[in-house]
Amino acid sequence: MSAVAVEGPRLRAVAVRRGAGRALLFVAVGAALWGLWEGYRSLWIHEGWSWPFLVTDTSMPHLHSIVQALYGHARPGGIGPRLITILVKAALFTAKEAAAGFALGAVLGFALGVVLAQFRVLQRGFLPWVVASQTVPILVVAPMVVVWLNPKLPPGLRDWGSVAVIAAYLTFFPVTISTIRGLHAADRRALELMRSYAAGELRVLWKLRVPAALPYIFAALKVSATASVVGAIIGELPSSIQSGLGGQIINYAQYYTIQPTGLWATNVVAAALGISFFLIILLAEKLVVRRAPENVA
Amino acid sequence: MSVVAITDVTKRFGGTTALQGIDLEIEKGEFVSLIGPSGCGKSTLLRIIGDLIQPTSGTAAVNGKPVRQARIDREYGIVFQDPVLYDWRTVAKNIALPLEVARWDRRKRAAKVKEMIELVELTGFENHRPWQLSGGMQQRVSIARALSFDPSLLLMDEPFGALDEMTRERMNMELLRIWEASASTVVFVTHSIAEAVFLSTRVVVMSPRPGRISNVIQVDLAQPRTATTREEPRFFELVTDVREALHLGHDLERAPA
Repeated sequence: MSAVAVEGPRLRAVAVRRGAGRALLFVAVGAALWGLWEGYRSLWIHEGWSWPFLVTDTSMPHLHSIVQALYGHARPGGIGPRLITILVKAALFTAKEAAAGFALGAVLGFALGVVLAQFRVLQRGFLPWVVASQTVPILVVAPMVVVWLNPKLPPGLRDWGSVAVIAAYLTFFPVTISTIRGLHAADRRALELMRSYAAGELRVLWKLRVPAALPYIFAALKVSATASVVGAIIGELPSSIQSGLGGQIINYAQYYTIQPTGLWATNVVAAALGISFFLIILLAEKLVVRRAPENVA
Repeated sequence: MSVVAITDVTKRFGGTTALQGIDLEIEKGEFVSLIGPSGCGKSTLLRIIGDLIQPTSGTAAVNGKPVRQARIDREYGIVFQDPVLYDWRTVAKNIALPLEVARWDRRKRAAKVKEMIELVELTGFENHRPWQLSGGMQQRVSIARALSFDPSLLLMDEPFGALDEMTRERMNMELLRIWEASASTVVFVTHSIAEAVFLSTRVVVMSPRPGRISNVIQVDLAQPRTATTREEPRFFELVTDVREALHLGHDLERAPA
């Protein structure tokens, strides 16, 4: 009877090679997308095609000019800080809101999922309302949250605290749904085993149902991580917060016809923030979820 | 006092009668196999003993207590056909699971897990994950887990049914060694006639529709059983007895009422 475990160093070598392969693929796809953008641009400009829209330096700037804009000065005339410095600062501010909102939403979403999964009656009664909460456009909810919450918040939390709540509102829903689904995913035999040990409900929850639900929960957290960034950016608009990416987007949207690269550059930074959030959750999942290969989502 | 006492147990699932009028007593130290074709209710009977399902009528007791109380007092350990290991736990942590549920303290738990690992001969695999083990090794972890809290009764539901013949025979030998070492009583559900005869002190033959006990065969092979037990003439005679009892049960079912 021999174990099929692979020894450590070989396993690491395989992991390194797989990592390098993925990085290469990422770069290759990036290059292909760049080629597609520039190719489309030059073809449309050359042929003068106007469908679906006229391609100009304003509607589709060169990718390299977007990068140039990032490293150039924010204001014309070569004065003041570089655009990337301003945008990274704004992104860090938005990241604070999104992270707080994500943490709040994830904890509340998980807790709600546990309660609803444990009590069928509550699940039947409340789940439709939970779903309904997400059909209300966030642009409607955001100003209300700011109006209700901001006056009640201590100075240290004012403004960004409301935005965090808006981000949490977008975060909790996928977590709740997946937690309910995951808690019911435990194997029937595994549950019988717990019954044979005369384990109480709470023990079954912590020793079986929650670990069995983790792959589901992490799948939801990955969705929520990027949603919380979007929620934070949208939340900044009605609260007229100028320090975050939302403020920068409004600003550069106004100047789009004069300086289109500014809005595109802001987009790039916002996307980078969302991707970072996603990667952090991915890393956390790798550290926390230790399941058989076939059970990892 | 019998370890298992079943009196006039009947179990119906909707319109089908899975078990009818079952009476069975199992004494301390016995190794009893339940054998019969699919649908004869042998697994159902095992699950009634474990209080995983309730009989429609009749009573079942373990160590003189109603089965529900016996389950709450953790009088039995159970092994399924699938090992049902928690794949997020290591081998050692899987064996410790019932001890954690029973709130043993950490030091006592570690000592017991070490003892069980030695009993099932998995030293060196404590920190492996279940999916890194072969099917036979996984089932040994499952047996160690079932015995970790020293239950007086071991319930086994076709534990070696998914293993190949070679591994199965080796696991049979190991199970007998463990049974002798732990001095427990075993109720063992199986499809295999040879396995039932080789392992048991008594073979309970069941027949289907409705599930009932059609014969009980005392196995008088010498203890301890060894690799050569399977080659003794008496072994073949007993295998034939069980086979005939199974066919008789089958014919009973076919015969017009």
